[in-house]
Parts: sequence; C-alpha cells; structure tokens
Amino acid sequence: MNASTTATNPNTASDTRALLEASRLQVTFTARGRPPARGVDGVNLAIGQGEIVALVGESGCGKTTLARSLVGLEPPSDGEVRFEGETLGTSTKDLRRYRRRVQLVLQDPTGALNPRHSVYDSVAEGLRIHGVVSSRGGEDRSETQLVAHALSQAGLRPPERIFLNYPHELSGGQRQRVVIAGALALQPELIIADEPVSSLDASIRGEILALLLKLRDDLGLSLLVVTHDLGLAWNIADRIAVMYLGRVVEMGTAEEVLQRPKHPYTKALLSVVPEMDELEPQVLRGEIPDPSRIPRGCRFHPRCPALADGEAERAGVAGDCLATSPDVLPAAGPHAAACHLHP
Amino acid sequence: MSALLEIQDLSVTYRTREDDLPAVRGVDLTVNAGESVGLAGESGCGKSTLASTILRLQPPSAEVTGAILVEGEDVLTLGWGELRALRWAGASMVFQGALHSMNPVQRVGDQIAEPITLHDSSVSARDAASRVEELLDQVGLRSATARSYPHHLSGGQRQRVMIAMALACRPRLIIADEPTTALDVMVQAQVLALLADLVNELQVGLLLISHDLSVLGTTCDRAVVMYAGRVIEQGAAFDLFARPRHPYTTALAAAFPRVGNHAARYAPAGLPGDPPDPRDLPSGCTFHPRCARAVDACSGHDPRLLSIDDGERAVACIRVTQEVPV
Repeated sequence: MNASTTATNPNTASDTRALLEASRLQVTFTARGRPPARGVDGVNLAIGQGEIVALVGESGCGKTTLARSLVGLEPPSDGEVRFEGETLGTSTKDLRRYRRRVQLVLQDPTGALNPRHSVYDSVAEGLRIHGVVSSRGGEDRSETQLVAHALSQAGLRPPERIFLNYPHELSGGQRQRVVIAGALALQPELIIADEPVSSLDASIRGEILALLLKLRDDLGLSLLVVTHDLGLAWNIADRIAVMYLGRVVEMGTAEEVLQRPKHPYTKALLSVVPEMDELEPQVLRGEIPDPSRIPRGCRFHPRCPALADGEAERAGVAGDCLATSPDVLPAAGPHAAACHLHP
Repeated sequence: MSALLEIQDLSVTYRTREDDLPAVRGVDLTVNAGESVGLAGESGCGKSTLASTILRLQPPSAEVTGAILVEGEDVLTLGWGELRALRWAGASMVFQGALHSMNPVQRVGDQIAEPITLHDSSVSARDAASRVEELLDQVGLRSATARSYPHHLSGGQRQRVMIAMALACRPRLIIADEPTTALDVMVQAQVLALLADLVNELQVGLLLISHDLSVLGTTCDRAVVMYAGRVIEQGAAFDLFARPRHPYTTALAAAFPRVGNHAARYAPAGLPGDPPDPRDLPSGCTFHPRCARAVDACSGHDPRLLSIDDGERAVACIRVTQEVPV
C-alpha cells in the first residue's frame, strides 16, 4: 500500500497534452424571482494524461458543480469542455460516448449502490447500458470476464467470491471498491472522484487512496479528485486547484500550493488543518457567500485576512481588492494565485 | 479535582437470538470538570456504544455491567425520574448528523427552548426566548437564527444549533459523537474552537468522539484509543497523536498525513484488513492479525493496559510494555 513509482515523475498538464480541459467554464443556476447563482464562474482547468489533479475547497465553493459539468451532467452556460481537443457536445449520443471514457465516482458508496443489486449486477450495469458485451479490442470477452477483471483491478480478489454478495454484506471499503470497479469496467480514460474517502474509516482511507494511485500507475488513468481534505491532496495529487466561490483562486503542484501557498485563502485553509501545529490557526469568520451575491472586486475580500490585517494596504493593492476582480487563472502553467498581492 | 464522569469496568453486550455480541469489554474512563477527553477508534470499536450508554440510551438488547458514575451517581441504577433530570441537565449529547437530529418543521428557536421548558415548567415563554438568544450568541449565531427552519441553515450552522441545544439546560458534561465529521476544514475548525471555549469558560467536561486522531490531538487534553471494545492506548492527546506507541494508534495517526511530510507523498498509509467480528474475536491480542509488529507471543497473550513513561501513557501491547517476554 505504499510508494508509487511515479513519485519522482509526476505528469503535469504543462508537459503533456491535456486530456480534459475546461475553458472559461460557467454554470449558472436560475430560479424565478431570484438573481442567478453563478455556481461555476469562469474556470480554466486542464487534466493531463495520467495526471492526478485535486480540486479543493469548502462546501458551496462550486467544486461539485464543476465536476458534474465536466462529465456533462450540468450544461455550461458559457465556456466549454474539451476532451482530447474536441468540444463536448450536448446531444445524448455524444454524451453517451463521452461518459464511457469519463466516469464519475461519488462520495457515499452506500448511496451509490442499489441495495437490491448484487455486486455482479452493480458492476455489469454500465457494461449493459453501453452495450459492451463482447469483442473489445479484437478479443472476445464475456460480460463475466469483464466484471471479474474490473473487480480484481479494484483490489477485490478473487472476484468470483463476491459476485453474489449484496451491498449490506460488504464493509465500507469493499463497497467503495465495488463502486470503483463499476467505473473501471468501462475502461475509462479519466475518473472524476467526488470525496472518494470522506465517508470511510481512517483505516480504509489509505487503502482506497493507494488503489487510486495504483490505477494511475498501472492503467495510465487520469484522475480529478474533488475534496476538502488537504491531507488527501498531499497524499496523492500531482497538481492542486483551490476553488473559492466559483473560481479557481490558486493552482500549482501539490508541493507549491501546500508548502508555499500564495493566496490568503489557501493559507487560511492550511492553517486550520489540525496537524499543522506550526501555523497560527487563522479561522475565517462566517462561510462562503451565496453564489447569487458574489462580492465586488476580489470575491474573497470580505473574509480576507490579508486585507483585514493591513497587508494589502501596505502593498498598495487594498483599493484593487475592493474594486477589481483578479484575472482568471490559466488552465495550466506555473504556480499562480488570483490575488492582487501576487500579480 | 473530583471526577465528573467515572466509568468503571464497563461492559456492554448485545444479546441476539443466536449469540452474544460484546461491544464494550471492560473499559475505565474518567472525565473531569473543565477537561476534554477524546475517544478514537474505527467503526465498530464500541466508541458510540460506550457514549450512548453514559446516558442510558443503549438499545434494550444490550446487557450492561460495571458502573457509570456521573457526579458520583451511578447512571445504571438511577430511577426514571432521576435519569430524566440527568439527561440534558447533568449531561447532554451532540450527535453526528445534525440534520437528522432536528425537527424539519419546527423553528430552531423552539427546538432549543423545548428542553428548557420541559425541564422546568416554571420558566416562562419569555425567559425561554431570552435564554435561546443567549445560547445562540454563545455558539456564535445571530439571534434571528431562532426563527429559521433547519433547512435554511448550512451544515456548520446546524451543528452550532445542536451544540446550543446541548447547552440549553447548563449540563456539566457534554458528549459529542463525531460532531465535525461531515463538515469542511474551516467549519470544523470553527466548531472545534467553540467546543474548546465552552470547556474553558463554562468548565464543562467534554467527551469528544472522533475517528480522526489529529482532531483529538489539537482539541483535547487527553485521548483514549479503543479497539474491539477495549482501551488499547491512552495519554496526553497531542503527544498520543504525535508519538503513538501502540501499533494500532500508529496506523490511525498515519491515516491523516501531515501536509509537508515527504514520506506520505504518493504513499497513503492504510491498515489492511477489517476490524474483528465481535462474535469471533482473535485469541491473544485482538489486533494481532492486522498488526505489522506482531510476534508469536501476541496470539497467545491477552495484553493488559499498563502504564509506561511514569504513568504519562498507558498501552496494551506486549511489544511496548514487555509484559511478557517477546
């Protein structure tokens, strides 16, 4: 459950071609009698071949909406999503083909599995929906073989032993492995995992994260992990994008973002991670504002410790913080923050 | 300092038609006034059973032996009237899923006021309302929150309301079962800081249950780690997290890596295997089948919880205590 071989060779989107790329992506929710809520408000994000990107932020920052939009579950109101350079279509047929190559793994494995479906049926469901039964890549493979293969890739060996088990007969870790096997059965190129371990016990957490790393190493899978857990990002991510109120506010390699954070928001998040005892905890007051009322200027300014303690004033940017929204960060490239203190 | 909560040799066994399930197997635990004690362990280790038994909320199928003294009185032998007085006023509980513990069609102010008026019928509606306002202020919410319904509130606000409810009857002991598990780091930090302030200002005792040792390490004075119904390690909370001695505590602490620790980069640490089936516990040390440091003697000898480091720490592991030659 240890040491991946890629430890010294993280693939990053900057040196490989992006597999999935969002450009100025915007997802707006409208409701009668209310101002539109800009859940995702102009995001550039690229995920390279075989790359693990962590998208971190608090509840309500838009990270789940962004993830859903990337798999075509939430139509963009502006901007676009490109997969292997091709713009993601909106027709059912296009999306269907796309969803075979990009799979979503959700937070709660118990909720993601039908309690009346056996493990076998849960894993085979995607294969049946997409009509993948035989003759793939020249060799004939039956459904049973594909299901067994996916389960063993997810670390459930021997797979035949749990074919007929139901979710309630499995442990939390096994359930999450079954959910991952369901995604793997379709041989996707990218998996988007939304809080893959947050509902799991401490002891199982490491096992599932090790599995995700192994899938990247063995199959060259790309991964986008959506999480609020910075320890998880440190454990497995090559690059990290920090999201606040619909925008990516800082992006860079895991080492850059977590060890040399630039944005005051990232710094505050890091300071409250319980084990970071060397940092003075900077507990931000309140919560993320409502996305239908995004503050003027820098969207973080009402909660920004650097503005409150005069750092921005001394740097001569306090006026910009209140009046000008920092530029949207590029999808890839060197470590950068959307902050007037770090132009 | 007299103990607020003193649990002595507590065992809880769930009786089912087929067999007996020992969930808690002989636990001693003390919480003093103005002290916060953390309780850690995986699902199924007995920590929630232990917590619910303190207020006698365990299911009827559970057989309980030992003693649970809250301010000197044994909860297990209290009559119904005394038990009612103890719940809320003597000790109260904050549960994990705040949304499910609230009435969705009642304003939160009324929900907070309910235990106040139920416990003391002489309290007027007006006094109850001002007490609600005071409680909301104590947990950092605006008084207007009293008129909201649970679905109007965010997860962090709901958890604050839960804490306000738990404080309603001025209890001396608060038991919080995974109060921050579903919350974000920033909101978690806010809720934990609030609990720590309450312990300091009101001198209440806090029993904080979590599977995240790093949370306990930064919030609590002392911490206790349970495995398969027993305490396997206890000591000063931060020291326990930073320098665990029992191999199980070591694995639990490593599950939440320190950001910046290069050994954890691309190397998430897990603990293989599942916790043992309480119906069929392994011989000797119950942890030995999963233990990276197990030796032959571990399967034959049931380790006792013994003091080490001049009583600063207690560990149930023969590799640490040298209780028997290994």
